[in-house]
Amino acid sequence: MAQLPALDELIACPSCDALYLERDVAPGETASCLRCHAVLEAPRRTAMTRIIMLALAAIILMVAAIFFPFLELEVAGRAHRASLLDTVRAFSSGLTAPLTVAMAALIVILPLTRFGAIIYTLAPMAFGNHPWPHAQSAFRMAEALRPWAMAEVFIVGVAVALVKVAGLAHLSLGPAFWAFVGLVIVTVLKDNFMSRLTVWKTLDTRRKF
Amino acid sequence: MENAGHAPQILTAKAAGLVGCVQCGRVHRPGVMVCDRCGAAIASRDTTSVQRVWAWLFAGLVVYVPANIYPMLRTTVLGKTSESTIFGGVVDLMHHGSYGIAAIVFFASIIIPCSKFAAIAFLALSVQRKVRMSAGARHKLYEVVEFVGRWSMIDVFVVAILASLVQLDFAASINPGIAAVSFAVSVAFTMISAESFDSRLIWDADEDEHHG
Ligand SMILES: [Zn+2]
Ligand SMILES: [Zn+2]
Repeated sequence: MAQLPALDELIACPSCDALYLERDVAPGETASCLRCHAVLEAPRRTAMTRIIMLALAAIILMVAAIFFPFLELEVAGRAHRASLLDTVRAFSSGLTAPLTVAMAALIVILPLTRFGAIIYTLAPMAFGNHPWPHAQSAFRMAEALRPWAMAEVFIVGVAVALVKVAGLAHLSLGPAFWAFVGLVIVTVLKDNFMSRLTVWKTLDTRRKF
Repeated sequence: MENAGHAPQILTAKAAGLVGCVQCGRVHRPGVMVCDRCGAAIASRDTTSVQRVWAWLFAGLVVYVPANIYPMLRTTVLGKTSESTIFGGVVDLMHHGSYGIAAIVFFASIIIPCSKFAAIAFLALSVQRKVRMSAGARHKLYEVVEFVGRWSMIDVFVVAILASLVQLDFAASINPGIAAVSFAVSVAFTMISAESFDSRLIWDADEDEHHG
């Protein structure tokens, strides 16, 4: 076998371990693994700034979703309002109490933590500075939390619930519902802009000079 | 990017005597325990991966049973209480003519969890012995399992929303049943099971086959 190049010039596919010679990928291009087709690098111009903006927007929308009324149910002239926190607290009585913590985490706490960690990691890089301390741990956490932040699953749940109650009573959507829909859209956009390996590479080079 | 080996044979970090980081892709010499780029723990192959996959999968399967037996929702209308299981909820929706929503719930709560159990078990078995399915197809299957798992949580959220909304004293009230807890736990366990799986193992088995 021929002599392998230096370790710095190599990159291994995180999904299947295929070894590649690292070359600079131009902004707008996407480098994928030949074998398993996982996206390796997808740098986008001003991606860092865009991701930070989207994460900030997501945090603001989440705060709005928490404080405005979420859904309103009207039966025979009597209205019943539920906020996002009410849905989180739905399990708080009896044997289902542990689910309250899980609900709060999946719908509110984990998404917020993830946005915060992403902003913490990327903000100094968008402005061309050194990463802040523990930026690596912050970004590792953000990636680990990705499957557990379930805002978009929740919104589909809301849609299903709406249909279930529709026959029983008149239901109206509050501003918090739309804030939450906005949050889901912003989150999906943000995750599409973000290429994990590109972020790690940028973090690494920024640390060195 | 060009592969460091020669086509069509793909050279892996392992075959080159190196270790790749699954978090950031950086390549290391063997014996390095922590990645210097991202700080993740690294290993050429996660040897305990398959064991952990089986353990979490089994746990997920065990709690999925009570999730289907016990009631998911307790509905009280004018003082009369009725309880419905996951499957009962789907049947109710169909009686009301909401076929689309019934299909969503049926898929999210029954089809997805069951096929997920089967798919994870198949993938775990496939790295331990030879199977007919190609590595490329198994990798696709793994990606689908990883993507789809969290969507099973829909029914738990539906229960939470209904229970918080429909609290109209005597007229009508909906309360969560104990099955909601075991169902949520089952989804979480199978998600952990899928995440414990080291997808690089899928390709290793394939390679051994090529080398004879
Ligand atoms: Zn690959
Ligand atoms: Zn790494």
